[in-house]
Amino acid sequence: MTVLLFGVTKDIIGSSSLSIPSKSVTGKNAPSTVKELRDFLSNLYPDLGNLSSLAIAVNNAYAEDEQPLNTYDEIALIPPVSGG
Amino acid sequence: MNRYLRQQQLPGFGEAGQQKLAKAKVLVVGLGGLGIPVVQYLNAMGVGTLGLVEKDTVALHNLQRQVLYTERDVGKSKLAVALEQLKAQNSETHHVGYEAFLNTGNALEIISEYDVVVDATDNFPTRYLINDACVILNKPFVYGALQGFEGQVSVFNHKGGPTYRCLFPNIPKGTEIPNCNENGVLGVVPGIIGTLQALEVVKVITGIGEPLSGKVLVFDSQNHRYFKMAIQPKPEYQTIQKLLESYGATDCVQVPSIKADAFLKVIAQEVHPAIIDVRSRPEYQMDHLSQALNIPLDDLALPKSLQEQKTSIYILCQSGKRSEVAVAKLQESHPNLTFYSVLGGMNALNLEETRKA
Repeated sequence: MTVLLFGVTKDIIGSSSLSIPSKSVTGKNAPSTVKELRDFLSNLYPDLGNLSSLAIAVNNAYAEDEQPLNTYDEIALIPPVSGG
Repeated sequence: MNRYLRQQQLPGFGEAGQQKLAKAKVLVVGLGGLGIPVVQYLNAMGVGTLGLVEKDTVALHNLQRQVLYTERDVGKSKLAVALEQLKAQNSETHHVGYEAFLNTGNALEIISEYDVVVDATDNFPTRYLINDACVILNKPFVYGALQGFEGQVSVFNHKGGPTYRCLFPNIPKGTEIPNCNENGVLGVVPGIIGTLQALEVVKVITGIGEPLSGKVLVFDSQNHRYFKMAIQPKPEYQTIQKLLESYGATDCVQVPSIKADAFLKVIAQEVHPAIIDVRSRPEYQMDHLSQALNIPLDDLALPKSLQEQKTSIYILCQSGKRSEVAVAKLQESHPNLTFYSVLGGMNALNLEETRKA
């Protein structure tokens, strides 16, 4: 599962995308909903969990927490940015 | 000679499109990196009434991206300089200047006079204020925002479409997102994002094409990623009745900091440099400086060994955000010690190391 990173999420994680290995690689279940993905990432990167607002796109559409995820989905983290 | 001939020749735009521009009243909030290209193009293209809201003065470090201002303008009112330039560029436009920052006291009154609002500000409190005021007054607004090499554009509250709060419901707290110009903007990026905002204003006014309503465009200039995300309207954010009492402070907090290259020199020279890495344990375990002590920001407390420290204590994280927060906290609890936040964090240090190698 590949997650594209934008804005501060790129800074927090330190790269422009993140690969989440599937169960066949790690033996652990990959996140199966948007909520599980949020929890998974917040555990690894507490600063992500601390963001007041963080939009998650699944296949180029804003996804609510309960939306299920498939390994082939294209996911992106879109945080607010403020500069002008 | 008709000055708008070239755009009137366009099929689909024509004289009718020009008429619509001439009748339109557009308010641009902020005359910085985003606002400058917006007002220059809208003014050139023949928008009838342009309102400008800005209270800042021109600083030398504005000039790399705010390309309307010249070296002669440093120290002058941005609004005054912009009005003079825009009048010279197009004497047919009706210009209205507001030498003020938009706030809860003036937002509704100013915005109510206009058809379309452009959010060209540089801080979250004003962005949320513009959103709420536009929802209350039922005005569309064209949003643009930047960070580093990236930008976002969207048209909000347009014909029942989603609002800024449908995308980002809550105002970010002071320190979680880089919020100041000091975090860096590549000069040309606001030019691109601001120009896209001007384009969206023209589309909203004239009805040509498809305005970026119901989606947000995220542009990463480093590798030309143009990412579009569809957004649905959420009724709870479309029915705001009044403004919040306060949208929070717009000021940036500055803490003492040290650049990555200077920091690397310090640790090469000092025998036992005091370095605290405030990232989480897993992040620290993946990659860290051998001299750095790991105290995650959430459990931040100075160990006994450092409480009488005579030399500076350097605070490090991944990108330089958490270290800023940590320095602010430590300064409060230990006013007699000297703390520095390492700018750009591990990202910058790694970049420096690669550059040297």
